[in-house]
Amino acid sequence: MTPFRYEAALDTPGAVTLGAALGAKYLGGGTNLVDLMRETIERPDVLVDVSGLAGEITDDDAGGLIIGAGVKNTAVAADRRVRERFPFLAQAILSGASGQIRNMATVGGNIMQRTRCLYFFDDAARCNKREPGAGCDALKGFNRNHAILGASPACVATHPSDMCVALAALGATVRVEGSGGAREIPIVDFHCLPGETPHIETVLRPGELITAVGLPPLPFARNSTYRKVRDRASYAFALVSVAAALQMDGGRIADVRIAFGGIAHKPWRASRAEAALRNGPATEQAFQAAATAELADAKPLRENGFKVELATRALIAVLGHLAGAAG
Amino acid sequence: MHFNINGRPVEVEADTRTSLLDLLREHLQLSGTKKGCNQGACGACTVLVDGQRINSCLALAVQYQDREVVTIEGVGAPGSLHPLQEAFVEHDGFQCGYCTPGQICSALGMADELARGVPSYVTEDLTAETMVLNHDEIRERMSGNLCRCGAYNGIVEAIRETLADAQVEDPKREAA
Repeated sequence: MTPFRYEAALDTPGAVTLGAALGAKYLGGGTNLVDLMRETIERPDVLVDVSGLAGEITDDDAGGLIIGAGVKNTAVAADRRVRERFPFLAQAILSGASGQIRNMATVGGNIMQRTRCLYFFDDAARCNKREPGAGCDALKGFNRNHAILGASPACVATHPSDMCVALAALGATVRVEGSGGAREIPIVDFHCLPGETPHIETVLRPGELITAVGLPPLPFARNSTYRKVRDRASYAFALVSVAAALQMDGGRIADVRIAFGGIAHKPWRASRAEAALRNGPATEQAFQAAATAELADAKPLRENGFKVELATRALIAVLGHLAGAAG
Repeated sequence: MHFNINGRPVEVEADTRTSLLDLLREHLQLSGTKKGCNQGACGACTVLVDGQRINSCLALAVQYQDREVVTIEGVGAPGSLHPLQEAFVEHDGFQCGYCTPGQICSALGMADELARGVPSYVTEDLTAETMVLNHDEIRERMSGNLCRCGAYNGIVEAIRETLADAQVEDPKREAA
């Protein structure tokens, strides 16, 4: 770990002022950043501790929720409003990491966590994220865990968050503040696809700080779920995950929200699958066709071709379950 | 830096890079807390901060100033073991013992989460007021603690027995 100065922010304006310095990084729970600092992948000169800020979950006027960026992952999943109105968000968070890590990790940090691609962590390997232009050893390496959608020759890494997959399905927004003022960014636009610049992972401007996540009201999200498929039964990153909410009207799908995790550089909102399903029947054939539409552009690597079929089956299972629950 | 560790105030000078784990082991000679992977994957370093379990290897000590830290040294001692420690002995909840301090601290933190009604990924009814303690719940909630000896059956049994007893003693749960 390289030496750094530690500053505990007392309020958001103070944090943003400290965070504007060159070489400054915001510190939430540290569960990802401290690990990356120890590997010298991250080398901040100043750590601005924002874990003491924005620690509340509040109702907004429209029936949604505003979750402060400093709220711990455990606290979000345990919140009764989240469990009742947005069960897929509680489940997504509970499926991630371990009890210890969820007690430390903040909402802001969860959004900002970096890929768990092994080549990103291994400084003996080439990685365009760590060193732009160096090349990518995952392309022809051990890429069982890597992306099948939206990847580029420069980077095939996946985004590791479970929470963000549910946020993408829900259409949540990320509230940020910087020296240029405050703004709100849809979560689906917050993370970038790798393209030629995989080291640029979000649309955050230098020094901007996540202050909160806005959950819009979505009454039918009461019928929602998160399913995660992985190599171990618990405490492992997703090979494929699905967050979905479903509203039935008689035998017809009135509305549906779907996002995938584990298959792309960002939480993957499945807009094509949603469009294919709306106003149609809730049958296995329809679910299959929706998955096929969404995964039509999938470009599997040598070792992760199974993810196309796995994502298809996971979606069929999740939608079947939600259609059954909707009666 | 100032901390409250196992009920005692502690003043210690340390570099900002020092993890809470290294602070405990190297600066304060509290070597009961173990360093396994040092990257948050094994849970051997689990301690309680303000009653909540965390991985001390991923915690920068500087971030935890003025907090209440409980390590395995504060849970029990030879001759005055915590009931959970006694149950680990009785059920062979360990072989080499390296993961045990983390397992014990983690289980105590888990019991507190359970009492507060925090659900888990395997909780069927997410809106339930009280959580049922069964084998699957224990395995899921304790998945952040690895045991390379594979003493999981004994660990689960020790936790189940100790926490099940605690549940019976809780009148609110009896009434429910």
